[in-house]
Amino acid sequence: MPSTLADREEQTVSAEKQTRRMTLNMGPQHPSTHGVLRLEIELDGETVVKATPEIGYLHTGIEKEFEVKTYQQAVPLTDRIDYLAPLSNNFAYSLAVEKLLGIEIPPHAQWQRVMLVELTRLNSHLVWLGTHALDIGAMTVFLYCMREREDILRIFEMYSGQRMMTSYIRIGGLALAPPRGWQDRVRKFIDAFPSKIDEYEDLLTNNRIWIGRTKGVGTVPVEDLLDLGVTGPMIRAAGIKWDARKENPHSSYEHFDFEIPTRTENDVYARYLVRVEEMRQSARIVKQALDGMPSGPWQADAPHVVLPEREKMKTQMESLIYHFKIVTEGFRVPEGEVYQVVESPRGELAYYVVSDGTSKPYRVHVHGPSFGNLQAIGEMAKGTMISDVIASMGSMDFVLGDTDR
Amino acid sequence: MLPETLLEYPDAVAVQDAVVTGKYDRGELTLEIEPSRIVEVCARLKGEQQFVRMSDLTAVDRYPEEPRFEVIYHLHSLSRNTRLRLKCRVSGTKPAIDSVTPVWRGANWFEREVFDLFGIEFRNHPDLRRIMLPDDYEGHPLRKDYPVTGTRV
Repeated sequence: MPSTLADREEQTVSAEKQTRRMTLNMGPQHPSTHGVLRLEIELDGETVVKATPEIGYLHTGIEKEFEVKTYQQAVPLTDRIDYLAPLSNNFAYSLAVEKLLGIEIPPHAQWQRVMLVELTRLNSHLVWLGTHALDIGAMTVFLYCMREREDILRIFEMYSGQRMMTSYIRIGGLALAPPRGWQDRVRKFIDAFPSKIDEYEDLLTNNRIWIGRTKGVGTVPVEDLLDLGVTGPMIRAAGIKWDARKENPHSSYEHFDFEIPTRTENDVYARYLVRVEEMRQSARIVKQALDGMPSGPWQADAPHVVLPEREKMKTQMESLIYHFKIVTEGFRVPEGEVYQVVESPRGELAYYVVSDGTSKPYRVHVHGPSFGNLQAIGEMAKGTMISDVIASMGSMDFVLGDTDR
Repeated sequence: MLPETLLEYPDAVAVQDAVVTGKYDRGELTLEIEPSRIVEVCARLKGEQQFVRMSDLTAVDRYPEEPRFEVIYHLHSLSRNTRLRLKCRVSGTKPAIDSVTPVWRGANWFEREVFDLFGIEFRNHPDLRRIMLPDDYEGHPLRKDYPVTGTRV
Protein backbone atom coordinates (compact mmCIF):
# COMPACT_ATOMS: atom_id res chain seq x y z
CA MET A 1 0.00 0.00 0.00
CA PRO A 2 1.46 3.41 -0.89
CA SER A 3 1.54 5.53 2.18
CA THR A 4 -0.40 8.73 2.44
CA LEU A 5 1.20 12.12 2.01
CA ALA A 6 1.05 12.76 5.73
CA ASP A 7 2.84 9.49 6.48
CA ARG A 8 5.58 10.26 4.03
CA GLU A 9 6.07 13.71 5.47
CA GLU A 10 6.33 12.32 8.91
CA GLN A 11 8.97 9.86 7.76
CA THR A 12 11.09 12.54 6.13
CA VAL A 13 10.80 14.75 9.15
CA SER A 14 11.93 12.02 11.50
CA ALA A 15 14.79 11.10 9.16
CA GLU A 16 15.89 14.72 9.05
CA LYS A 17 15.59 14.97 12.76
CA GLN A 18 18.11 12.21 13.15
CA THR A 19 20.62 13.53 10.66
CA ARG A 20 20.34 17.27 10.29
CA ARG A 21 21.28 19.81 12.83
CA MET A 22 20.27 23.38 12.51
CA THR A 23 22.31 26.41 13.48
CA LEU A 24 20.26 29.25 14.81
CA ASN A 25 21.56 32.74 15.37
CA MET A 26 19.90 34.36 18.29
CA GLY A 27 20.78 38.04 18.20
CA PRO A 28 22.59 40.38 18.10
CA GLN A 29 19.26 42.12 17.58
CA HIS A 30 16.95 39.51 19.01
CA PRO A 31 14.63 41.21 21.49
CA SER A 32 15.04 38.63 24.22
CA THR A 33 18.81 38.88 24.37
CA HIS A 34 18.52 42.17 26.29
CA GLY A 35 21.11 43.98 24.28
CA VAL A 36 23.48 43.04 21.56
CA LEU A 37 24.44 39.51 22.47
CA ARG A 38 24.73 36.96 19.72
CA LEU A 39 24.09 33.38 20.66
CA GLU A 40 25.00 30.76 18.11
CA ILE A 41 22.83 27.77 18.87
CA GLU A 42 23.24 24.37 17.32
CA LEU A 43 19.92 22.56 17.43
CA ASP A 44 18.91 18.96 17.16
CA GLY A 45 15.17 19.33 16.75
CA GLU A 46 14.27 21.59 19.62
CA THR A 47 17.14 20.48 21.81
CA VAL A 48 20.23 22.63 22.11
CA VAL A 49 23.42 20.73 21.35
CA LYS A 50 25.75 23.65 21.74
CA ALA A 51 25.38 27.33 22.47
CA THR A 52 28.24 29.72 21.83
CA PRO A 53 27.87 33.32 22.97
CA GLU A 54 29.56 36.02 20.92
CA ILE A 55 30.06 39.36 22.62
CA GLY A 56 31.82 42.60 21.82
CA TYR A 57 29.10 44.38 19.84
CA LEU A 58 28.96 47.05 22.51
CA HIS A 59 32.69 47.44 23.07
CA THR A 60 33.41 51.14 23.40
CA GLY A 61 36.97 51.17 24.70
CA ILE A 62 36.03 52.67 28.04
CA GLU A 63 39.14 51.26 29.73
CA LYS A 64 41.33 53.10 27.22
CA GLU A 65 39.35 56.28 27.73
CA PHE A 66 40.00 56.18 31.46
CA GLU A 67 43.71 56.67 30.80
CA VAL A 68 43.27 60.13 29.24
CA LYS A 69 40.82 61.54 31.79
CA THR A 70 41.66 62.91 35.20
CA TYR A 71 40.38 60.80 38.07
CA GLN A 72 37.32 62.91 38.69
CA GLN A 73 36.55 63.32 34.97
CA ALA A 74 36.41 59.56 34.64
CA VAL A 75 33.40 59.18 36.94
CA PRO A 76 30.82 59.72 34.14
CA LEU A 77 32.48 56.90 32.19
CA THR A 78 31.61 54.50 34.97
CA ASP A 79 27.90 55.30 34.53
CA ARG A 80 28.00 54.03 31.02
CA ILE A 81 29.43 50.63 31.85
CA ASP A 82 26.43 49.06 33.50
CA TYR A 83 23.60 51.34 32.50
CA LEU A 84 21.12 49.70 34.84
CA ALA A 85 23.33 50.21 37.87
CA PRO A 86 25.24 53.45 37.26
CA LEU A 87 25.50 54.33 40.93
CA SER A 88 27.03 50.97 41.83
CA ASN A 89 29.76 51.69 39.29
CA ASN A 90 30.30 55.27 40.54
CA PHE A 91 30.49 53.78 44.00
CA ALA A 92 33.07 51.08 43.23
CA TYR A 93 35.30 53.42 41.26
CA SER A 94 35.16 56.14 43.90
CA LEU A 95 35.95 53.67 46.67
CA ALA A 96 38.94 52.37 44.72
CA VAL A 97 40.40 55.83 44.15
CA GLU A 98 39.66 56.86 47.73
CA LYS A 99 41.56 53.81 48.91
CA LEU A 100 44.54 54.92 46.82
CA LEU A 101 44.26 58.47 48.15
CA GLY A 102 43.73 57.27 51.70
CA ILE A 103 40.91 59.70 52.45
CA GLU A 104 38.09 59.18 54.88
CA ILE A 105 34.49 59.76 53.82
CA PRO A 106 32.18 61.33 56.42
CA PRO A 107 29.33 59.13 57.74
CA HIS A 108 26.56 61.16 56.15
CA ALA A 109 28.04 60.66 52.68
CA GLN A 110 28.63 56.98 53.36
CA TRP A 111 25.01 56.43 54.36
CA GLN A 112 23.72 58.43 51.43
CA ARG A 113 25.85 56.25 49.19
CA VAL A 114 24.49 53.06 50.71
CA MET A 115 20.93 54.28 50.33
CA LEU A 116 21.42 55.27 46.72
CA VAL A 117 23.23 52.07 45.83
CA GLU A 118 20.39 50.03 47.33
CA LEU A 119 17.85 52.07 45.37
CA THR A 120 19.96 51.23 42.32
CA ARG A 121 19.69 47.57 43.20
CA LEU A 122 15.91 47.91 43.34
CA ASN A 123 15.95 49.73 40.03
CA SER A 124 18.05 47.06 38.37
CA HIS A 125 16.11 44.14 39.85
CA LEU A 126 12.86 45.74 38.71
CA VAL A 127 14.08 45.95 35.13
CA TRP A 128 15.32 42.38 35.40
CA LEU A 129 12.03 41.09 36.80
CA GLY A 130 9.93 42.94 34.25
CA THR A 131 11.90 41.85 31.22
CA HIS A 132 12.47 38.32 32.47
CA ALA A 133 8.75 37.84 33.04
CA LEU A 134 7.99 39.44 29.68
CA ASP A 135 10.29 36.95 27.95
CA ILE A 136 8.39 34.11 29.50
CA GLY A 137 5.07 35.67 28.57
CA ALA A 138 3.87 37.56 31.63
CA MET A 139 3.16 41.03 30.34
CA THR A 140 1.56 42.62 33.38
CA VAL A 141 4.60 42.27 35.61
CA PHE A 142 6.61 44.34 33.18
CA LEU A 143 4.17 47.23 33.43
CA TYR A 144 4.07 47.04 37.21
CA CYS A 145 7.85 47.00 37.47
CA MET A 146 8.30 49.95 35.14
CA ARG A 147 5.82 51.89 37.26
CA GLU A 148 7.97 51.55 40.38
CA ARG A 149 11.19 51.99 38.46
CA GLU A 150 9.91 55.35 37.31
CA ASP A 151 9.61 56.45 40.93
CA ILE A 152 13.22 55.45 41.58
CA LEU A 153 14.43 57.25 38.48
CA ARG A 154 12.58 60.36 39.66
CA ILE A 155 14.44 60.13 42.96
CA PHE A 156 17.73 59.91 41.04
CA GLU A 157 16.70 62.87 38.96
CA MET A 158 15.95 64.83 42.08
CA TYR A 159 19.39 64.02 43.45
CA SER A 160 21.55 64.48 40.42
CA GLY A 161 19.48 66.03 37.64
CA GLN A 162 19.84 62.82 35.64
CA ARG A 163 17.61 59.78 35.49
CA MET A 164 20.14 57.20 34.44
CA MET A 165 23.66 58.60 34.00
CA THR A 166 23.75 60.04 37.48
CA SER A 167 27.50 60.39 38.25
CA TYR A 168 26.31 61.35 41.70
CA ILE A 169 28.82 59.44 43.79
CA ARG A 170 32.16 61.17 43.28
CA ILE A 171 35.65 60.73 44.58
CA GLY A 172 35.61 62.38 48.00
CA GLY A 173 31.89 62.15 48.64
CA LEU A 174 28.88 63.16 46.59
CA ALA A 175 28.50 65.45 43.62
CA LEU A 176 26.07 67.85 45.25
CA ALA A 177 24.43 68.31 48.61
CA PRO A 178 21.39 66.01 48.91
CA PRO A 179 18.39 67.93 47.55
CA ARG A 180 15.85 69.60 49.79
CA GLY A 181 13.01 67.25 50.66
CA TRP A 182 14.81 64.01 49.76
CA GLN A 183 13.61 62.33 52.96
CA ASP A 184 9.92 62.75 52.10
CA ARG A 185 10.44 61.57 48.57
CA VAL A 186 12.38 58.45 49.49
CA ARG A 187 10.10 57.66 52.42
CA LYS A 188 6.99 57.92 50.31
CA PHE A 189 8.46 55.45 47.87
CA ILE A 190 9.96 53.00 50.32
CA ASP A 191 6.88 52.83 52.56
CA ALA A 192 4.78 51.75 49.62
CA PHE A 193 7.34 49.49 48.03
CA PRO A 194 7.02 46.25 50.06
CA SER A 195 3.36 46.02 49.12
CA LYS A 196 4.37 46.41 45.49
CA ILE A 197 6.70 43.41 45.84
CA ASP A 198 3.69 41.48 47.16
CA GLU A 199 1.87 42.43 43.97
CA TYR A 200 4.62 40.97 41.79
CA GLU A 201 4.71 37.87 43.92
CA ASP A 202 0.94 37.49 43.65
CA LEU A 203 1.33 37.43 39.92
CA LEU A 204 4.26 35.03 39.72
CA THR A 205 5.32 33.03 42.75
CA ASN A 206 2.44 30.55 42.67
CA ASN A 207 1.61 30.99 39.03
CA ARG A 208 1.48 27.56 37.37
CA ILE A 209 2.83 28.75 34.04
CA TRP A 210 5.66 30.63 35.71
CA ILE A 211 6.61 27.62 37.80
CA GLY A 212 6.35 25.33 34.80
CA ARG A 213 8.67 27.49 32.79
CA THR A 214 11.25 28.13 35.49
CA LYS A 215 11.42 25.26 37.99
CA GLY A 216 14.22 22.83 37.27
CA VAL A 217 15.42 24.92 34.32
CA GLY A 218 18.94 26.21 33.85
CA THR A 219 20.72 24.21 36.51
CA VAL A 220 24.49 23.97 36.43
CA PRO A 221 26.45 22.24 39.21
CA VAL A 222 27.64 24.79 41.75
CA GLU A 223 31.31 23.81 41.34
CA ASP A 224 31.02 24.62 37.64
CA LEU A 225 29.43 27.96 38.41
CA LEU A 226 32.36 28.92 40.63
CA ASP A 227 34.87 27.57 38.15
CA LEU A 228 33.33 29.65 35.39
CA GLY A 229 33.51 32.84 37.45
CA VAL A 230 29.81 33.28 38.15
CA THR A 231 28.89 35.57 41.05
CA GLY A 232 25.96 37.30 42.69
CA PRO A 233 22.38 36.06 42.89
CA MET A 234 23.28 33.18 40.56
CA ILE A 235 25.55 31.52 43.10
CA ARG A 236 23.38 32.55 46.02
CA ALA A 237 20.55 30.60 44.39
CA ALA A 238 22.94 27.64 44.36
CA GLY A 239 23.47 27.74 48.09
CA ILE A 240 26.63 29.82 48.39
CA LYS A 241 26.16 32.59 50.89
CA TRP A 242 28.59 35.10 49.51
CA ASP A 243 27.87 38.80 49.35
CA ALA A 244 30.56 41.47 49.38
CA ARG A 245 28.34 43.72 51.47
CA LYS A 246 28.56 41.23 54.34
CA GLU A 247 31.94 39.62 53.75
CA ASN A 248 34.00 42.71 52.94
CA PRO A 249 31.90 45.50 54.46
CA HIS A 250 32.63 48.88 52.94
CA SER A 251 31.08 52.29 53.34
CA SER A 252 29.23 51.55 56.62
CA TYR A 253 27.45 48.41 55.40
CA GLU A 254 28.40 46.82 58.72
CA HIS A 255 25.95 49.16 60.48
CA PHE A 256 22.95 47.85 58.59
CA ASP A 257 20.82 44.92 59.54
CA PHE A 258 19.94 42.78 56.54
CA GLU A 259 19.90 39.16 55.43
CA ILE A 260 21.58 37.51 52.48
CA PRO A 261 18.90 35.32 50.90
CA THR A 262 20.04 31.98 49.54
CA ARG A 263 18.34 28.97 47.97
CA THR A 264 19.67 25.57 47.10
CA GLU A 265 17.57 24.58 44.08
CA ASN A 266 19.97 26.33 41.69
CA ASP A 267 17.39 26.84 38.95
CA VAL A 268 15.70 29.80 37.29
CA TYR A 269 12.91 29.77 39.86
CA ALA A 270 15.37 29.87 42.76
CA ARG A 271 17.16 32.83 41.16
CA TYR A 272 13.81 34.57 40.91
CA LEU A 273 13.08 33.95 44.59
CA VAL A 274 16.55 35.13 45.63
CA ARG A 275 16.25 38.38 43.71
CA VAL A 276 12.76 39.10 44.98
CA GLU A 277 13.96 38.56 48.53
CA GLU A 278 16.94 40.80 47.81
CA MET A 279 14.51 43.54 46.87
CA ARG A 280 12.83 43.21 50.25
CA GLN A 281 16.21 43.34 51.99
CA SER A 282 17.30 46.36 49.98
CA ALA A 283 14.07 48.09 50.94
CA ARG A 284 14.95 47.35 54.57
CA ILE A 285 18.40 48.91 54.13
CA VAL A 286 16.95 52.01 52.50
CA LYS A 287 14.53 52.37 55.36
CA GLN A 288 17.28 52.01 57.96
CA ALA A 289 19.39 54.56 56.11
CA LEU A 290 16.47 56.93 56.08
CA ASP A 291 15.75 56.54 59.79
CA GLY A 292 19.31 56.60 61.05
CA MET A 293 20.96 58.96 58.60
CA PRO A 294 23.80 60.71 60.46
CA SER A 295 24.08 64.43 59.89
CA GLY A 296 27.27 66.10 58.82
CA PRO A 297 29.19 67.04 55.72
CA TRP A 298 28.58 65.24 52.42
CA GLN A 299 32.17 65.64 51.27
CA ALA A 300 35.46 64.52 52.72
CA ASP A 301 37.70 66.96 54.50
CA ALA A 302 40.33 66.78 51.78
CA PRO A 303 40.89 70.19 50.19
CA HIS A 304 43.35 68.75 47.68
CA VAL A 305 40.65 66.43 46.28
CA VAL A 306 37.20 67.97 46.64
CA LEU A 307 36.23 71.34 45.28
CA PRO A 308 35.83 74.11 47.89
CA GLU A 309 32.41 75.50 48.62
CA ARG A 310 31.22 78.10 46.16
CA GLU A 311 30.95 80.75 48.84
CA LYS A 312 34.54 80.20 50.01
CA MET A 313 35.84 80.07 46.49
CA LYS A 314 34.40 83.51 45.84
CA THR A 315 35.77 85.08 49.01
CA GLN A 316 39.00 83.31 49.97
CA MET A 317 42.19 83.35 47.95
CA GLU A 318 43.36 79.92 49.10
CA SER A 319 40.10 78.26 48.17
CA LEU A 320 40.22 79.93 44.79
CA ILE A 321 43.69 78.53 44.17
CA TYR A 322 42.59 75.01 45.17
CA HIS A 323 39.54 75.33 42.95
CA PHE A 324 41.66 76.41 40.02
CA LYS A 325 44.22 73.65 40.53
CA ILE A 326 41.67 70.86 40.91
CA VAL A 327 39.64 71.96 37.91
CA THR A 328 42.56 72.50 35.57
CA GLU A 329 44.95 69.73 36.59
CA GLY A 330 42.97 67.34 38.71
CA PHE A 331 44.57 65.90 41.83
CA ARG A 332 47.57 63.63 42.09
CA VAL A 333 46.98 60.14 43.38
CA PRO A 334 49.81 58.30 45.17
CA GLU A 335 51.43 55.45 43.32
CA GLY A 336 49.92 52.02 43.87
CA GLU A 337 47.24 49.61 42.81
CA VAL A 338 43.95 48.57 44.38
CA TYR A 339 41.23 46.07 43.61
CA GLN A 340 37.95 47.29 45.04
CA VAL A 341 35.04 44.90 45.16
CA VAL A 342 31.42 45.87 45.71
CA GLU A 343 28.22 43.89 45.34
CA SER A 344 26.43 45.23 42.30
CA PRO A 345 22.89 44.01 41.53
CA ARG A 346 24.40 41.45 39.16
CA GLY A 347 27.19 40.18 41.38
CA GLU A 348 30.77 40.99 42.13
CA LEU A 349 31.75 44.29 40.55
CA ALA A 350 35.41 45.21 40.90
CA TYR A 351 37.58 48.10 39.84
CA TYR A 352 41.29 47.51 39.48
CA VAL A 353 42.94 50.93 39.47
CA VAL A 354 46.67 51.41 38.90
CA SER A 355 48.15 54.80 39.66
CA ASP A 356 51.59 56.05 38.65
CA GLY A 357 51.42 59.13 40.84
CA THR A 358 49.99 61.52 38.23
CA SER A 359 46.53 63.02 37.98
CA LYS A 360 45.30 60.47 35.44
CA PRO A 361 44.86 56.76 36.09
CA TYR A 362 47.60 54.62 34.55
CA ARG A 363 45.21 51.76 34.03
CA VAL A 364 41.64 51.03 35.09
CA HIS A 365 40.22 47.58 34.61
CA VAL A 366 36.57 46.98 35.26
CA HIS A 367 35.54 43.50 36.24
CA GLY A 368 31.88 43.56 35.37
CA PRO A 369 29.81 40.79 36.92
CA SER A 370 27.99 40.11 33.65
CA PHE A 371 31.25 39.09 31.97
CA GLY A 372 31.81 36.18 34.31
CA ASN A 373 28.14 35.28 34.52
CA LEU A 374 27.63 35.16 30.78
CA GLN A 375 30.38 32.58 30.37
CA ALA A 376 28.05 30.04 31.93
CA ILE A 377 25.35 30.35 29.27
CA GLY A 378 26.91 27.65 27.06
CA GLU A 379 26.96 25.23 29.94
CA MET A 380 23.46 26.18 31.02
CA ALA A 381 21.86 25.85 27.61
CA LYS A 382 23.43 22.55 26.65
CA GLY A 383 20.87 19.76 26.42
CA THR A 384 17.86 21.95 27.20
CA MET A 385 14.97 22.98 24.98
CA ILE A 386 15.30 26.15 22.97
CA SER A 387 12.53 27.88 24.90
CA ASP A 388 14.40 27.18 28.12
CA VAL A 389 17.39 29.09 26.80
CA ILE A 390 15.30 32.25 26.99
CA ALA A 391 14.38 31.52 30.60
CA SER A 392 18.01 30.70 31.49
CA MET A 393 19.29 33.84 29.84
CA GLY A 394 16.74 35.96 31.61
CA SER A 395 17.75 34.48 34.95
CA MET A 396 21.36 35.58 34.42
CA ASP A 397 20.43 39.24 34.35
CA PHE A 398 23.36 40.38 32.26
CA VAL A 399 23.89 43.83 30.84
CA LEU A 400 25.90 43.92 27.66
CA GLY A 401 27.45 47.29 28.45
CA ASP A 402 28.92 45.60 31.48
CA THR A 403 30.34 42.66 29.51
CA ASP A 404 31.75 44.59 26.58
CA ARG A 405 32.77 47.89 28.20
CA MET B 1 62.83 35.43 46.57
CA LEU B 2 60.08 36.19 49.00
CA PRO B 3 60.69 39.45 50.90
CA GLU B 4 61.01 38.87 54.63
CA THR B 5 58.12 41.14 55.43
CA LEU B 6 55.78 38.71 53.68
CA LEU B 7 56.72 35.64 55.72
CA GLU B 8 53.66 36.09 57.92
CA TYR B 9 51.27 35.51 55.00
CA PRO B 10 50.58 31.79 54.48
CA ASP B 11 49.56 32.31 50.85
CA ALA B 12 52.92 33.85 50.08
CA VAL B 13 54.83 31.16 51.94
CA ALA B 14 52.88 28.39 50.19
CA VAL B 15 54.30 29.32 46.81
CA GLN B 16 57.50 31.05 47.88
CA ASP B 17 59.73 28.96 45.62
CA ALA B 18 58.13 30.60 42.56
CA VAL B 19 57.91 34.12 43.92
CA VAL B 20 60.13 36.75 42.33
CA THR B 21 59.08 39.55 44.63
CA GLY B 22 56.01 40.74 46.43
CA LYS B 23 54.43 43.44 48.52
CA TYR B 24 51.65 44.07 50.96
CA ASP B 25 50.07 47.43 50.30
CA ARG B 26 46.75 48.98 51.35
CA GLY B 27 45.59 45.65 52.70
CA GLU B 28 46.23 43.77 49.46
CA LEU B 29 48.85 41.10 48.95
CA THR B 30 50.64 41.05 45.61
CA LEU B 31 53.06 38.33 44.54
CA GLU B 32 55.14 38.44 41.41
CA ILE B 33 55.50 34.93 40.04
CA GLU B 34 57.94 33.50 37.50
CA PRO B 35 55.89 33.45 34.28
CA SER B 36 56.99 29.94 33.35
CA ARG B 37 55.50 28.53 36.55
CA ILE B 38 52.17 30.35 36.66
CA VAL B 39 49.97 27.34 35.89
CA GLU B 40 51.64 25.18 38.52
CA VAL B 41 51.41 27.97 41.10
CA CYS B 42 47.74 28.59 40.36
CA ALA B 43 46.93 24.90 40.60
CA ARG B 44 48.67 24.71 43.97
CA LEU B 45 46.91 27.80 45.28
CA LYS B 46 43.58 26.42 44.14
CA GLY B 47 44.22 23.01 45.66
CA GLU B 48 46.04 23.87 48.88
CA GLN B 49 44.90 27.38 49.71
CA GLN B 50 41.26 27.06 48.56
CA PHE B 51 41.40 29.79 45.93
CA VAL B 52 38.43 28.25 44.13
CA ARG B 53 37.65 31.38 42.16
CA MET B 54 39.70 33.35 39.74
CA SER B 55 37.81 36.58 40.02
CA ASP B 56 39.71 38.59 37.45
CA LEU B 57 42.51 38.45 34.92
CA THR B 58 43.88 41.48 33.13
CA ALA B 59 47.11 43.11 32.00
CA VAL B 60 48.99 46.38 32.39
CA ASP B 61 51.30 47.78 29.75
CA ARG B 62 54.48 49.28 31.29
CA TYR B 63 55.80 50.56 27.97
CA PRO B 64 58.69 51.39 27.43
CA GLU B 65 59.93 49.24 30.33
CA GLU B 66 61.11 45.73 29.64
CA PRO B 67 59.63 43.17 30.38
CA ARG B 68 56.83 45.28 29.09
CA PHE B 69 53.58 43.62 30.18
CA GLU B 70 52.24 42.64 33.54
CA VAL B 71 49.58 39.95 33.49
CA ILE B 72 47.50 40.33 36.64
CA TYR B 73 45.50 37.54 38.28
CA HIS B 74 43.06 38.20 41.10
CA LEU B 75 42.26 35.09 43.08
CA HIS B 76 39.52 34.75 45.60
CA SER B 77 38.97 32.20 48.31
CA LEU B 78 35.36 32.11 49.47
CA SER B 79 35.92 29.82 52.44
CA ARG B 80 38.83 31.87 53.81
CA ASN B 81 37.48 35.24 52.65
CA THR B 82 40.86 36.16 51.20
CA ARG B 83 42.00 37.72 48.00
CA LEU B 84 45.39 37.48 46.36
CA ARG B 85 46.94 39.25 43.41
CA LEU B 86 49.47 37.46 41.24
CA LYS B 87 51.58 39.25 38.70
CA CYS B 88 53.69 37.93 35.84
CA ARG B 89 56.00 40.09 33.79
CA VAL B 90 55.99 39.25 30.10
CA SER B 91 58.40 40.49 27.47
CA GLY B 92 57.26 43.00 24.84
CA THR B 93 58.60 41.04 21.88
CA LYS B 94 56.23 38.20 21.06
CA PRO B 95 54.54 38.32 24.47
CA ALA B 96 53.25 34.92 25.54
CA ILE B 97 52.37 33.09 28.74
CA ASP B 98 50.73 29.77 29.59
CA SER B 99 46.97 29.76 29.89
CA VAL B 100 45.42 29.07 33.28
CA THR B 101 42.23 27.66 31.73
CA PRO B 102 43.21 24.12 32.88
CA VAL B 103 42.95 25.43 36.45
CA TRP B 104 39.88 27.67 36.15
CA ARG B 105 37.70 27.32 33.07
CA GLY B 106 36.43 30.83 33.70
CA ALA B 107 39.80 32.24 32.65
CA ASN B 108 38.79 31.54 29.06
CA TRP B 109 37.13 34.86 28.23
CA PHE B 110 39.46 36.91 30.39
CA GLU B 111 42.47 35.57 28.50
CA ARG B 112 40.76 36.16 25.19
CA GLU B 113 40.16 39.75 26.24
CA VAL B 114 43.81 40.29 27.14
CA PHE B 115 44.84 38.62 23.88
CA ASP B 116 42.50 40.90 21.98
CA LEU B 117 43.32 44.20 23.62
CA PHE B 118 47.00 43.69 24.55
CA GLY B 119 48.17 41.08 22.06
CA ILE B 120 49.52 38.69 24.67
CA GLU B 121 49.35 35.11 23.52
CA PHE B 122 48.11 32.43 25.90
CA ARG B 123 49.60 29.04 25.15
CA ASN B 124 47.30 26.00 25.40
CA HIS B 125 44.21 28.19 25.37
CA PRO B 126 41.24 26.21 23.99
CA ASP B 127 39.76 28.99 21.87
CA LEU B 128 42.15 31.91 21.48
CA ARG B 129 40.53 34.49 19.21
CA ARG B 130 39.47 38.09 19.51
CA ILE B 131 36.50 38.64 21.80
CA MET B 132 35.70 42.37 21.75
CA LEU B 133 36.98 43.56 18.39
CA PRO B 134 36.25 42.21 14.91
CA ASP B 135 38.45 39.32 13.77
CA ASP B 136 40.12 41.40 11.07
CA TYR B 137 41.01 44.29 13.36
CA GLU B 138 44.63 45.39 13.36
CA GLY B 139 46.45 46.39 16.52
CA HIS B 140 45.81 46.08 20.23
CA PRO B 141 44.11 49.19 21.61
CA LEU B 142 45.01 48.95 25.29
CA ARG B 143 48.73 49.06 24.54
CA LYS B 144 50.26 52.37 25.56
CA ASP B 145 51.68 53.00 22.09
CA TYR B 146 48.23 52.74 20.52
CA PRO B 147 46.68 56.21 20.03
CA VAL B 148 43.48 57.13 21.83
CA THR B 149 42.17 59.20 18.95
CA GLY B 150 42.81 58.86 15.24
CA THR B 151 45.93 60.50 13.82
CA ARG B 152 45.41 64.08 12.73
CA VAL B 153 45.94 65.01 9.12
